[in-house]
Amino acid sequence: MNNFLKIENLRCGYSGKFMLNGINFTIPKGTFAGIIGPNGSGKTTLFRGITGEIPLRSGSVILNGKPIDKLSIRDKARNFAIVSQTTESLNIKVEDYVLMGRMPYRSYFKFLENAEDYEIAHKYMKLTSVFEYKDKLMSELSGGEQQLASVARALTQEPQFLLLDEPTSHLDISHQVQILNLIQKLNEDLNLTVLMIIHDLNLASEYCNYLIMFDKGSIYTQGSPSEVLTYKNIEEVYKTVVISLTNPLSLKPAVFLVSGKTLNDKKL
Amino acid sequence: MNEKYWKWVITLSILFILLIASIVVSLSSGEVRFSLFDLKYILQHKDSLEYIVLTKIRIPRILLGLSIGGALSLSGVILQGIYRNPLVEPYTLGISGGASLGVALAIVFGLNLTAGAFMLPISGFLGAFITIFLVYFLSVRKDNFSINRMLLIGVMISFIASSSMMFLLATTTKENIHNIIFWVMGSLDEPNTMLIHFVLGTSVAGLISSYFFARPLNALRLGGKRAQHIGVNSALTIRILFIISSMLVGICVAVAGVIGFVGLIIPHLLRIIIGTDFRILLLSSFMGGSIFIILCDVLARTLISPNELPIGVITGMLGGVAFIVVLSSSKSKSAF
Repeated sequence: MNNFLKIENLRCGYSGKFMLNGINFTIPKGTFAGIIGPNGSGKTTLFRGITGEIPLRSGSVILNGKPIDKLSIRDKARNFAIVSQTTESLNIKVEDYVLMGRMPYRSYFKFLENAEDYEIAHKYMKLTSVFEYKDKLMSELSGGEQQLASVARALTQEPQFLLLDEPTSHLDISHQVQILNLIQKLNEDLNLTVLMIIHDLNLASEYCNYLIMFDKGSIYTQGSPSEVLTYKNIEEVYKTVVISLTNPLSLKPAVFLVSGKTLNDKKL
Repeated sequence: MNEKYWKWVITLSILFILLIASIVVSLSSGEVRFSLFDLKYILQHKDSLEYIVLTKIRIPRILLGLSIGGALSLSGVILQGIYRNPLVEPYTLGISGGASLGVALAIVFGLNLTAGAFMLPISGFLGAFITIFLVYFLSVRKDNFSINRMLLIGVMISFIASSSMMFLLATTTKENIHNIIFWVMGSLDEPNTMLIHFVLGTSVAGLISSYFFARPLNALRLGGKRAQHIGVNSALTIRILFIISSMLVGICVAVAGVIGFVGLIIPHLLRIIIGTDFRILLLSSFMGGSIFIILCDVLARTLISPNELPIGVITGMLGGVAFIVVLSSSKSKSAF
C-alpha cells in the first residue's frame, strides 16, 4: 500500500514523433510531487500515459498494486482527478459544473443529483471559496475563479490522486499562491497525493516535497527540491545560466535568472 | 425540491400546455372548420364529413407532425451536443442530401410506379443510411475518432449528394423533375397510417434511448477528453448518439421530405431560455419541435387555402427569421 503510484519502465508517446523512454518513479501516499522540465521534455505525455489518454507501449502504471490499464474509465475517474492549464469558460452554472465531479459515482440511469452529491459538491466549493458564485455561469468568472472551480470539481470526484497540469500558468501571482496554498492544504489535511506539472521552478521548490526533472523524454533526476534544483542540474537541462540560492524563510532553493546583458556586463 | 428542478417542471408543463393548444388549433383549422366544442358531436357521428376529415386527415397529420418535429429537433440538439457546435443541424451532415438522392434515383428509375408507394420512403431511408454509414466510417481511423473530421466529411458528402441530384434533375424528364422537387420540399401528407405509427414509435424510442445519455452529453460540454476524465466513455457515447440521431433524421426525411431549420432553431431557442443541461434540453427540444411543426403545418394548410404550401417553405422562412432575430438580440447564451 505504501507504493501508492508506481511507474515502471514506462514507454509511451506518439509513433515517429515523441516517445517517453523507460520512466521509473514511485510516489508514496500523501506526496506533493512536482514534474519539471523544459517544453517538449515529456511532462504532459507522462500525464496522458497515466490517465490512459494514450496507450502504453511498454512498462506499467501501478496504482495500489493494480495496473491502471485494468481499470475502467469510471474507476480511473474515481482515482484520478485532473485540473488542466486552460480554464473552463462555459455557459454552465458553477454549481452544475462542480456537480459533474459526481459523474463517476452515479449510473447513467440516475438522472438527478441526490442530497449526498450536493453535500459533497458544496463542501468543496466552500473549501475553494467558489460557493458564493454557485449560481453564476462559469464564463462569468475570472480566470483564477474558474481555475478554483476546476479544483472544486476535481475534489468532488473524491480522488486518491490529484493531477495538475500547469494549474497556475495563466494566473497572476496572487491567484497562483491562492491555488497552490489550497492544494498544499488539501495535501496535508486530506492526505491527498498530488502530482503537478509546473514550469515555475520557484513555485515547484516552495510547494512540492518531491521533484522529478524531465529532459528529452527521460527522467534527468529526481529527489527533494534541494537535491534537484541545483545550479548544475538546471543549467544542464534548461541550457540557461541561473543562480540557485536558499530562500531565507522556507530554507528551500530559490532560482534566479540571469540575463544575457548582465552576463556580458559582468564578463561572466 | 431544488430550484433547478422546479424550473424544469415548469418548463415542461408550459411546453405540454402549448403542445395541447397547438394540437387543438391544428385539429380545428383547415378547409373544413369546426370548433373544439363540436368535437364530441363529431365523434358520435361517424358518417359525417367532419368525422372523416378529423380521423383520416387531421389526426394522422398531427401525429406525423408531432413525431417528425420532435425527432428532427431532438437530433439537432444531440448533434449540437456531440459536435459542441450550436450551428450543426441534422442536415449539415449530409443525411438529407443522401435521402433526397435516394428518392430522386427511385423516381428517375420509375421505382415508385412499378414497385409500389412504399418505394419512395424506403429508397429515401436507404440513401440516408448509406450517407450515415459513409460519414461514420470515413471519419473513424483505427482508434482515432475525430469529431471535426466527421463534420467535414458530412458537409462534403452533402455537396456530392446535391451535385448528383442536380445531375439527375438536369438529365431527367419534366414529370420526374416535378415529382422530385415536390418530395424535396417536404409534406406531412402521408396516406399510410402504418408508416405514421412507425415514425411515431421510432421518434419516441429515439427520445427514450437518447435520454439515457443525457448526463454523458452534459459531460461532453467540457469536450471529449475532459468528459473522459470525469468517467464518461466519450468515444462510445458519441458513436451511439450519432447513430440514434442520424437514424431518426433518416426516417423523418424518408417519410416527410426535407423539412429544414427545426433541428437548428428549436434547440437554439430553448438553450437561451433554459440553459444547456441536456436532461431538460432533450425533452423540451422534442416537445418544442413538435409544437413548431404542428403550427407550421397549420400555416401551410391555411395560408393559401384551398391550396397547400410545402411545409419546408414555412419552417425555412419562420425559422430563418426567428433565428436572425434571436441571434442578434441574445448574448450568445446558447453556446455551450
